[in-house]
Amino acid sequence: MLTYVIRRILYAIPIVIGVNVLTALLFFYVNTPDDMARKILGEKNVTPEAVANWKAEHGYNLPSFINAKESGAKVLTETVFFQKSIPLLWLDFGRSDRNNIDIGTEIKSRIWPSLAVSVPMFMAGLIVEVFFAMMLAYYRGTYLDVWGMVMSVVMMSVSTLFYIIGGQFLLGKALRIFPISGYDTGVYSLKFLILPVIIGVIGGAGAGVRFYRTVFLEEMGKDYIRTARAKGLPEGKVLFKHALKNAMIPVLTNVVVSIPFLFYGSLIMETFFSIPGLGNFTIDAIQSQDFAIVRSMVYLGSILYIVGLILTDISYTLVDPRVRLK
Amino acid sequence: MPVILSTDLIVYFVVSAALYFGLSARNDGRAREVWFEIRKNKLALASMCVLCLYGAAAMADSIRFRDALVDEKGAPVVSSDGAVLYSPQPLSLLDRALPGMRGNSEKTYSAPFSDRLFVKETMETPDGRVVRDYPLLKHPHDHALGTDRIGADILFTALKGVRTAIVIGTGATVVIIPFAIFFGVIAGYFGGFADDAVQYVYTTLASIPGVLLIVSFMLLFGSRGYQGGVVAAKDAVLAVFVPNDRLFWLCLILGITSWTDLCRLIRGETLKLREMDYVQASLAFGSSRMRVIYTHIVPNLMHLVLITFVLQFSGLVLAESVLSYIGIGVGPQTASWGNMINASRLELSREPVVWWNLLGAFVFMFALVLPANVFGDAVRDALDPRLRNR
Repeated sequence: MLTYVIRRILYAIPIVIGVNVLTALLFFYVNTPDDMARKILGEKNVTPEAVANWKAEHGYNLPSFINAKESGAKVLTETVFFQKSIPLLWLDFGRSDRNNIDIGTEIKSRIWPSLAVSVPMFMAGLIVEVFFAMMLAYYRGTYLDVWGMVMSVVMMSVSTLFYIIGGQFLLGKALRIFPISGYDTGVYSLKFLILPVIIGVIGGAGAGVRFYRTVFLEEMGKDYIRTARAKGLPEGKVLFKHALKNAMIPVLTNVVVSIPFLFYGSLIMETFFSIPGLGNFTIDAIQSQDFAIVRSMVYLGSILYIVGLILTDISYTLVDPRVRLK
Repeated sequence: MPVILSTDLIVYFVVSAALYFGLSARNDGRAREVWFEIRKNKLALASMCVLCLYGAAAMADSIRFRDALVDEKGAPVVSSDGAVLYSPQPLSLLDRALPGMRGNSEKTYSAPFSDRLFVKETMETPDGRVVRDYPLLKHPHDHALGTDRIGADILFTALKGVRTAIVIGTGATVVIIPFAIFFGVIAGYFGGFADDAVQYVYTTLASIPGVLLIVSFMLLFGSRGYQGGVVAAKDAVLAVFVPNDRLFWLCLILGITSWTDLCRLIRGETLKLREMDYVQASLAFGSSRMRVIYTHIVPNLMHLVLITFVLQFSGLVLAESVLSYIGIGVGPQTASWGNMINASRLELSREPVVWWNLLGAFVFMFALVLPANVFGDAVRDALDPRLRNR
């Protein structure tokens, strides 16, 4: 088992490096530091001296990938790529381009608001989706199932933006049940969190119910279920005792792969509800064109995704003994 | 004087491909079977009709001309070296079909079917008194969905948004299909190093969260080139073709973020097809490997491509609205439902509320995405019955 985990982590290393090189290519080669400086200093009336100054101040005054002026190892180390991109490998994010804030500490402080929204949203969503999916699977073929499926397709066809705007308007502005947006510390944050959680659950329900229903139906077409029915077990027992246990495997993988993204929060949700999380941080960086932050967030997101994949594989081997550790 | 955007080519391609499929269903046995399967499902058939309407609107909005400039007497304006000057604003067939809707703009907001403006103005009555009231519209009762902040008809803006949505929904997949087939087949057929390399590339691309890859890409490429509206001389090649269209970059990057699924599917299917008896037989008869790929493998992958194409459509249309909301989608001059939703955020916080912009975007989007979902499911079931219920 341990060797499997180690091998899985070793497999991830080239991918991490690949992401690093790709982001560096995008941010240093396609978009040169000169472009960045001009964007930040203002497009018009920028003197070459101001650009050079800005680059020196922020450490962009080196060649992108290969420094021909230096000798030995310094050919590679005295470059923007080495100074700015390699430290990302050990999660040293450096400082932002515009306000010169430390990105690492900013991320640490913003993780908690992100989690405060995304964890309850995810848990509530999962419970609701699995519950309705099982109900539809139990009543498959009936009008309840048909209309349930119609409902989920209809709900899938509405953009998240409409759910957010509509929910804010209806529950926040017209009925005044919840505050429209904002955030507070500790217990006081609760009243701000309910609305995004409700909207998030409703927004994801259509696709989720459809997915889990398929999972359950697939499980219920299998031989051992037929055996269980043949020996005269009631349908409820077949569904909850036999099918549910095995259907939990795809459900679990779906859960594990999402866990890392909970840290990341949701870009759209956080801006609409002014929650000072990582998603909001990213959107602000996008709008102020702070490439150091965007680069860090791209990298952080990829790391989280890769961690999620590794966790999925490990959880597979734990719940399903048939999966071989090869 | 015609103007062709690079994204117009996508629309032309999709429309002609759809027509080709429709016509080949007459004599091709397999296509006929699929058609009969879809025809059984009345809901899917109705959805197809709606999608055809949208497609026609997008097509009409993708054929555009620039008119020659004329002076007051109607004579063409000619530059100093004798060339005829053209208006920088190309008008599409859709614009020309609905001149009333394009031209009847008001000063600012007005409610649907209202005869008055939505904001009060200081006016002078005929008998000389100065009053503050809602002024009459220039085109009363004419705006079925009201007008927006700059007074443009919302029904017309929403109609113009159809092309943007169709281009993004189809273009992202169309742009990337050749690459996905190429790499997927190479990885699946040749295996070994090629397989490792292709898998490495798509795993790496897939590990970058989609929206962030799109953001970085659009921040870097999107701000250059044609943004919609007036065609500047520097954007057009030979004054006719506009290759560098922001919408095209958006399609490309959306395609890059979503090609991994298709590539993975094609690779898996190729692995399976490679071992099929008829492929082995063809090799034994002395066909070259290229010929085997071309005649036996690629045609048998097409159903996967088609399924992916229809299933991705609705997701891409929805993604456009979110991206335009963040400000990295289509340019502000391009009519799109995402831009309409973005504007309606402020309008909903007005008092009294301006709700018709959001309604317009919602109705048009919903009426496209819902049939697309229904039709997509039907096509998938017809082409690959094994995937049913998925």
